Amino acid sequence: MKKIVLLFAITATLFACKDVDEDEVVTTNYNMTFNFTQNWDGEEITNPDYQTTVYTNANGEELTISKLDYLISNITFTDEDGEKTVIEGYNIMNARDGVNTQYSPSRKIPEGEYTVSFTFGFDDEDNIDGAYPELNSNPWSWGVPEMLGGGYHFMRLEGMFADNTGTQTPYLYHAIRAATVIGENPETEDTSFETELGTVTISQDTTIEIKMNVAEWFKNPNEWDLKELNSNLMMNAEAQRMISANGKSVFSLGTVE
Amino acid sequence: MIFFRKTYIIFYVAFSCFLITSCAKDGEDTPKDEGYEPTPLSLEIPPIFQERISPPVIPQDNPQTAEGVALGKKLFFDPILSGDNTLACAGCHAPAEGFSDSRQFSPGIDGIEGNRNSMPLFNLAWNYQENFFWDGRASSLENQALQPVVDPVEMHNTWPNAVSSLQATSDYPELFSKAFGTSNIDSTLVSKAIAQFIRTLISSNSRFDQYLRGEIELTESERNGLQVFEDENRGDCFHCHGDPNNPLWTDNDFHNNGLDKVFEDLGRGGVTGDPREFGEFKTPSLRNLAYTAPYMHDGRFETLEEVIDHYSEGLVYSETIDPLMKTVGEGGVQLTEKDKQDLKAFLLSLSDESFINDPDFQKP
Repeated sequence: MKKIVLLFAITATLFACKDVDEDEVVTTNYNMTFNFTQNWDGEEITNPDYQTTVYTNANGEELTISKLDYLISNITFTDEDGEKTVIEGYNIMNARDGVNTQYSPSRKIPEGEYTVSFTFGFDDEDNIDGAYPELNSNPWSWGVPEMLGGGYHFMRLEGMFADNTGTQTPYLYHAIRAATVIGENPETEDTSFETELGTVTISQDTTIEIKMNVAEWFKNPNEWDLKELNSNLMMNAEAQRMISANGKSVFSLGTVE
Repeated sequence: MIFFRKTYIIFYVAFSCFLITSCAKDGEDTPKDEGYEPTPLSLEIPPIFQERISPPVIPQDNPQTAEGVALGKKLFFDPILSGDNTLACAGCHAPAEGFSDSRQFSPGIDGIEGNRNSMPLFNLAWNYQENFFWDGRASSLENQALQPVVDPVEMHNTWPNAVSSLQATSDYPELFSKAFGTSNIDSTLVSKAIAQFIRTLISSNSRFDQYLRGEIELTESERNGLQVFEDENRGDCFHCHGDPNNPLWTDNDFHNNGLDKVFEDLGRGGVTGDPREFGEFKTPSLRNLAYTAPYMHDGRFETLEEVIDHYSEGLVYSETIDPLMKTVGEGGVQLTEKDKQDLKAFLLSLSDESFINDPDFQKP
């Protein structure tokens, strides 16, 4: 405990120092807006597509999407010298209804050239059970049960697919931190991941599009078999590892303007 | 001279406009006592709510006041709002029944029944999406309170009639004056007062709350019931009803939970007109189930056993079924008898006897 306090104190001091340095350098800071869009292999997914448009995944299964809510955190701008500017915090969004798909954090970014990255979900440091009142209750229903180690969902991708017999069957592609031991004393493995979008030049207030190719969740490196893996994935640590692996090719940089 | 006259006229007109404007303003304020302010009354937010979830929704134009809440309570229990002076809000929202109705459908003043079960009323200030009724057609508690008064199968009144009844009493004009600074009653003020009272209906002292506060232990059956509730391979109830971090025990969202193949009642879709939402209804809270039978939007299930059996073996496919009803192909999640009993024990631990017996919430 003492160590944690000390660490906290040191970190706080470091941050304080950084703030002072920033004040001394005369640079202009710019507002960032992140515009999250979703597509299926390039075909944009908008509200009317939910529950109606049929997509075919890499495994040849036909599916529709009912819900696509996801959370990203700590968007990071890394300059050429490796200096990181982190926009602390998270953004949770409902893609179907366009809730929070525009994210405008208060933290501004100085002029410069950066590599942009973010965390999909919460990493272990931020994935603290019950810590975020907004996520604990409606409308997000974002909590992960204690028996799975608590914390929060990273994504809820839900819909229906046609099984072998053509029967419409639900799928719940839920991403969380993998629970390797389930029960009274759960153990977990951090399956959040950092995703790097590429390089941007900031010389004015900027809107950065972050694209999600939903088809990639089912594609690479694990060709997803919905007939085998359609629900109860939160109880399945291996499935969470596969989701985490597939997620690394899901996001890309769109328009920057 | 002409110049002066013109100037004079302009000034005269401008001054008149100013007078008229100020008169109009005065006109609005006339019935209000200058400088009168009702007594602010902050909601008593339970610590568990304070710690775990976002603050309640209280509209800027309807702050909680002692006089407003008292007036709202009186109105809630007074049949004066109904067309024939026989039915109060409490007539279908009885405190002993979790402010719900133990009858499947509540008959209105003409003896005609609606087609949905009366919704329980508690913790509604924490409905952040602010859509009320089973189909979410009311966009605020104030808006909600306006509707039953004029619904032909409920209180079957008109607002002008209800307002003139109130205005003609010896006490209401004075009470409105104390609550809102005007004795000039209108439907908006009635709905504001009732909404203020409804916001005070807070339930936060169930056995499970006491357990969370470290005051009691759960029974083994209740503990296993919680596991069933949270286990994706068994109940998987939490995706709609939340977990111990969400003391509301609902997502306040709309779902088709696999009740019917064909819908007689379109639910949410009937309001939005979106066929993708046909057959969807508001997730009810799991608090106070001991008092709020029958269950589901149409009160089709008389017991909790029937509700659990529905999710265990009774799911029916329809086009808009929520994917969370993941085992619809097998008819449900197939719980064992023991898990069913334990789940029920856990659910009942969310009932709050001190809420239904709270003296502040009884008929004055």
